[in-house]
Amino acid sequence: MIRIVYLGKLADVAGKSESQFVSSSGDLDWPDILALLDDHVREGLADAVRDERVKVALNGQVLSDREGLVARDGDEIALLPPVSGG
Amino acid sequence: MRDIRLLDAPFDPNAAIDALAMASPDIGGIASFVGKVRLTGGVEALELTHYEPLTLPGMHELADRAFGRFDLIGLLMVHRVGVMRPGEPIVCVSAAALHRRDALGAVDFCMDHLKSAAWFWKREKRAGQWHWIEPREQDHADLARW
Repeated sequence: MIRIVYLGKLADVAGKSESQFVSSSGDLDWPDILALLDDHVREGLADAVRDERVKVALNGQVLSDREGLVARDGDEIALLPPVSGG
Repeated sequence: MRDIRLLDAPFDPNAAIDALAMASPDIGGIASFVGKVRLTGGVEALELTHYEPLTLPGMHELADRAFGRFDLIGLLMVHRVGVMRPGEPIVCVSAAALHRRDALGAVDFCMDHLKSAAWFWKREKRAGQWHWIEPREQDHADLARW
């Protein structure tokens, strides 16, 4: 099971605050995740996540290169839009 | 003394500041900032969401940096999450030091970073509708000061 958490406006776009996926083919990379978001969560979500300002955390660590993400069973991915200002 | 907290219920900033003030007889000055939900623009409510694995650890890292940068005796950083009404406190930062410049500087430093770089997402309710608050240019300018 891989858990994906949507923060801020992305939770509105997704229509939920998180999803859980079971990957039958093992690890999930960044393109796999974008495809899952559009096919199994909501169309247009992948585009919202492609925004380069969206950061990605894997198990509580923000990734410097989100394209290099590889998620394994038990991992939690957080999709983090830009934080709000004052 | 170091008091870093994320709260999901209303809090009393004065009680937290009083506790900081009692922390040490060496304190020469205390500077405090309390941010509240503004009523302007017809705001009915403000909601802050956070991400548990990042938000509180990020506040602790910010406190570490403040202690590294300023000569502090104590630091208080309390931040609300959840739904708040106009007039309710959102954040309280209070710094105790031997001298005023360290206390004032630490509060300014922490507030600029909390507002612009901490892991909080905010939305306001106006006329019954929720609106996400986007990042502002001013926030980047505020961070660049440091």
